[in-house]
Amino acid sequence: MKEFMFIIRGGEDKYSNTSPEEMQKHMQHWQEWMGGLAQAEQLVGGQPLMTEARTLTERGEKITDRPLAEGKELVGGYLIIKADSLDQAAQVAKGCPSFEYDCSVEVREINLME
Amino acid sequence: MENREERIDHTLNHLFRQESGKMVSVLIKIFGTENIELAEDVVQDALIKALETWKYRGIPDNPRAWLYRTAKNRAIDVIRRNKYSQVIDFSDPEKQLLTSGYTLASTMDNYWQEQHIKDDFLGMMYACCHPDISQENQITFILKSLCGFSTKEVARSFLCSEDTISKRLYRTKEYFRKHKIRPEIPALGKISSRTLTVLSAIYLMFNEGYNSTHADQLIRKDLITQAMLLCRSLLSVERTQLPEVYALMALMCFHTARIESRLTEEGELILLAKQDRARWNKELIQSGEHYLNQAAFGNVLTTYHLEAAIAYQHCSAKKYEDTNWEEILECYELLLKIANDPVVFLNRCLVILELKGPEEASKALEKVKDNKLMDKYYIYHATLGEIQQRLGKTDKAIACYKKAIQLTQSKQEKRLLNDKIDTIVNSR
Repeated sequence: MKEFMFIIRGGEDKYSNTSPEEMQKHMQHWQEWMGGLAQAEQLVGGQPLMTEARTLTERGEKITDRPLAEGKELVGGYLIIKADSLDQAAQVAKGCPSFEYDCSVEVREINLME
Repeated sequence: MENREERIDHTLNHLFRQESGKMVSVLIKIFGTENIELAEDVVQDALIKALETWKYRGIPDNPRAWLYRTAKNRAIDVIRRNKYSQVIDFSDPEKQLLTSGYTLASTMDNYWQEQHIKDDFLGMMYACCHPDISQENQITFILKSLCGFSTKEVARSFLCSEDTISKRLYRTKEYFRKHKIRPEIPALGKISSRTLTVLSAIYLMFNEGYNSTHADQLIRKDLITQAMLLCRSLLSVERTQLPEVYALMALMCFHTARIESRLTEEGELILLAKQDRARWNKELIQSGEHYLNQAAFGNVLTTYHLEAAIAYQHCSAKKYEDTNWEEILECYELLLKIANDPVVFLNRCLVILELKGPEEASKALEKVKDNKLMDKYYIYHATLGEIQQRLGKTDKAIACYKKAIQLTQSKQEKRLLNDKIDTIVNSR
């Protein structure tokens, strides 16, 4: 089994206009989807991220008080899962509830640096 | 009008007795049996927060929900703090979801659903009553963790030192840790035998309150209420609605119905024949009948069934003279067949005394006169005294009562026996 990272981007606008009830329902979908992955022993971990950020550039000399990317490009969270191949991992990513909020999910295999 | 603080104390005390065990059970399910202290700490924290917050803002509309929400939020804090530590084992798929921000809140909500709370509470009851844990340790742990008793209160219930109680609690926790006990309702094949262990712990707890020799009325009432609460919670889940559970519930209702008429205002015992039956609690007797009917399905006949049937006969007799001693004797015969218990044997002799007179009772008691164990029971000597008295052998009767007085620790029993001696002496 290989490990893959799902990089989830965007959705910020839509999330901020959500009612608490809708949000709760949405989080229930995460619960079900990730619960399935955990049961199948495919889940390694993952966290949503806050939008606030510091970005360091120029060898760490320059600090910017925001993330480099904005809007649709902004990374909102990540997940690490186990799968046999990139294609299989992409199939798994299809179920990600973030699509309900128009996010994009980038699937990348974790480099073991062998 | 009681003041605000008193009202808060009262509400919290009541809630704590009712709910702390359930909260602890859910938290143990989340943190694992190796983290019982952590679970108890979270509940304590919630209680302290309630006390502080309610003092300023008043009691919320739904104090129970408030307490649960607070405990749940504290649990979320604990999980976040221990996410990467080895304190909590997150390897279970369901628990793994507690480690991600995507799923922590909704997973936590799932743990606190009413049905899960009920199951977890019962699961903990079965875990506490593991057959390898001694009965006194079982009850100690139940009182502390599931009934919200402080170590001091448990010590007072058992008339022993707090130190002894702490040791017992420690041993049980170690047992859980070593054997990785998972609190759960046993599978169908094991449920009957495991439930009997739970019931005998509940009944012992009840008797500790009902027959208890110490004067602390509050603790005694508490023990009775908690025992009934535990039994009722078994009846709230289908899997544990067994005939024997209904039977014990019926038995406790019948006993409790008569509790107010058992003691005088000075705390002296009143004999059944002299109790004011108008003071018996009719509602509890009715509940008892209801439970006893439900205990009748299936083909299980336990000591609880028979003891409840006996108690029912007493409760349903309008006067002492109306007591159906034949029925009661039959129950005692069956009881002796199930469990050859000396107290049951002696009680049976007393029923024979009522039904057939002192000669027959004396014959029945003859059978055990060489039994060394019997000689140590105060009830044996009290029974023998009663029979001798009825036979007119008053000197022998007084000697028996005196022996009985030496053997019992109970002040009330001693006084009752002394009264009997006085009656004999005065009638001479």
